[in-house]
Amino acid sequence: MNLAPFRDPAIAARLLEEIHAAQSRPLVIMETCGGQTHALLRLGLDQLLPRGLELVHGPGCPVCVTPVALIDQAIALAGRPEVILATFGDMMRVPGSASTLFEARSAGGDVRMVYSALDALELAQSNPEREVVFFAIGFETTAPGSAQAAMQARSANTGNFSLLSAHVLVPPAVRFLLHSPENRVQGYLAAGHACAVLGWEPYENLAAEFHVPIVVTGFEAVDLLRGILRVVQLLEANEARVENAYERVVRWEGNPRARAGMEQVFRICDREWRGIGLIPASGLTLQPEYTAWDAQEKFGPPAAAQTAAGVCISGLVLQGLKKPTACPAFGRECTPAHPLGAPMVSGEGACAAYYTYQRMPGGRE
Amino acid sequence: MKGGKIQLGHGSGGRMMNELIHNLFRRHFANPELDPLDDGAILPDPGGRLAFATDSFVVDPLFFPGGNIGDLAVNGTVNDLCMCGSRPLWLSAGFIIEEGMEYDDLEIIVGSMAGAAAAAGIRIVTGDTKVVEHGQADRLFINTSGIGVIDHDFTLGSRHLEPGDRLILSGTIGDHGIAVLSRRSHLGFSTPLLSDTAGLQELAALLLQSCGGALHAMRDPTRGGVAALCNEFARSAGVEIRLEETALPVRPEVAAACELLGLDSLYIANEGKLVAAVAAGAAEKALKALQSHPLGRKASIIGEVKKGEAGLVAMRTALGGWRVVDMPAGELLPRIC
Repeated sequence: MNLAPFRDPAIAARLLEEIHAAQSRPLVIMETCGGQTHALLRLGLDQLLPRGLELVHGPGCPVCVTPVALIDQAIALAGRPEVILATFGDMMRVPGSASTLFEARSAGGDVRMVYSALDALELAQSNPEREVVFFAIGFETTAPGSAQAAMQARSANTGNFSLLSAHVLVPPAVRFLLHSPENRVQGYLAAGHACAVLGWEPYENLAAEFHVPIVVTGFEAVDLLRGILRVVQLLEANEARVENAYERVVRWEGNPRARAGMEQVFRICDREWRGIGLIPASGLTLQPEYTAWDAQEKFGPPAAAQTAAGVCISGLVLQGLKKPTACPAFGRECTPAHPLGAPMVSGEGACAAYYTYQRMPGGRE
Repeated sequence: MKGGKIQLGHGSGGRMMNELIHNLFRRHFANPELDPLDDGAILPDPGGRLAFATDSFVVDPLFFPGGNIGDLAVNGTVNDLCMCGSRPLWLSAGFIIEEGMEYDDLEIIVGSMAGAAAAAGIRIVTGDTKVVEHGQADRLFINTSGIGVIDHDFTLGSRHLEPGDRLILSGTIGDHGIAVLSRRSHLGFSTPLLSDTAGLQELAALLLQSCGGALHAMRDPTRGGVAALCNEFARSAGVEIRLEETALPVRPEVAAACELLGLDSLYIANEGKLVAAVAAGAAEKALKALQSHPLGRKASIIGEVKKGEAGLVAMRTALGGWRVVDMPAGELLPRIC
């Protein structure tokens, strides 16, 4: 796909003008996905939007919300001599209660970075004497891949492969935030890639129930600005409905095949979101027919995590209640090299986005 | 030896090693300083200040589109010498070979080294070979160290950057890193892209000729890419660097692969590019000099040195906003050089 038109500075400049013209009052919009947060800051778009338009950053960073107990369990599994623990690179540096998967690897654990769940399955098939555990993290975007790996493991009868599922769903988290008495978000940019799987039907109820406009939005400059423009226009017109500004990728019904795969392998469960708390019906765990490929069935449930209170405010950051720069540890005790909280680690975490792209005193001319 | 494998005996100091040295290394590298095969090379007085550089090469895979570990090992140290403003003269080569490596592969690599050395006008004058047991190295590691002579009386270096200097990049970024990554089987993408591995001696000489003392520093953006290089410049000189995103030359294939893998081309390694800091008044002349050479056709002024915030690298994005270009965080991609 040629992405040039979606990055075109001239088109972006025109959309920015339209946004400036459309907005008549202060507005607060949340971009749910960490990929969008990073794109906004990497492009410097935040500096070009009207002053009265506040973008707050949502919880859509999968490694950020993965509960400490599951990270601790992954680290413990990595320490078992028979286990190869496979996961996405982003997860490696996320602190558990006492260490990280990187440290587990330095301590002799066999931890491998993979680009997909199927790579982990392949690892199991080429190492039949070992137990490969795939630490499956991510939203609707990565869950279908995990499901496919589980289905293939089942049909190939690969017994030495299992999933430690930390998968979570976006719409229940948006509902949770909208319910919060502290919520001040008036409109949402829904995460385009997650919607590519689920579609936007789940958001229609939310828009109606909470009277908020929600616009399905992509990740390039023009995508982001079109999404923002539509939310501003809907808010100015006092209309609360779901619109799609990511037409080239997202359909109303999503991707039925990917969804069917997810539903075959996973069932919905309550899940603890790191820094946020328990969100009902927001997680994915394996269906009973897949217990043989469920790492928690194979190796037992996670131990309770000991979480020490610290200065890190990542929970508030993940809910859009505080900006990363409001944290006393930001850029001091807490940096990507020595993260105190998960949002400083990830390629999708809001703290890392601010640290990486906007640690700039004063403005540039 | 053709069709055979390297054995532990090839590093043992006995007859097998002798044969390897005579039939392979000496045959390809032959020159008056190497030929006596004594414990070290005896070198003439080059008549100037010396530059001395070393680099080790552990790239995986050994053969990648556009080159192999051999050219890389010669060009890497040649380029470090050139970036100091020196004319490369002599090189050492140390080989750590994993038992079981194909002799024919080693010969191709040694041949590439000889070719790259000839192109750079440098002689490989001393060397060493060790063979380690299977599993204790990954087929082949090479270290090269080199000496060059400096023919002018000023000194180049990152601490000599001055506010107002322009930064000039000699061509497209990310080609080497992406070409090597494309050969990692598990990444599942292929690209017609070639590594840019090349000696920079001619580009460096053109810059020295055209700018003289107005050339303040040169460096090649290898590991960590242009982003790491600019951060090192900014920290070392205590200045701010401002880049223009629209001025950065990136091939569409590199942009597409970065998109797919979630990488930023500013951070990807190059093996045949340089960034020069040049006083503003000499910038256009330097740019023209680079563009006159095939390796510098796509050269571009990518930014400017400011007094600003010491150590900061900021970039004006294509849309007109500003972002920080941070030092890469730590573990980068796996072994690409």
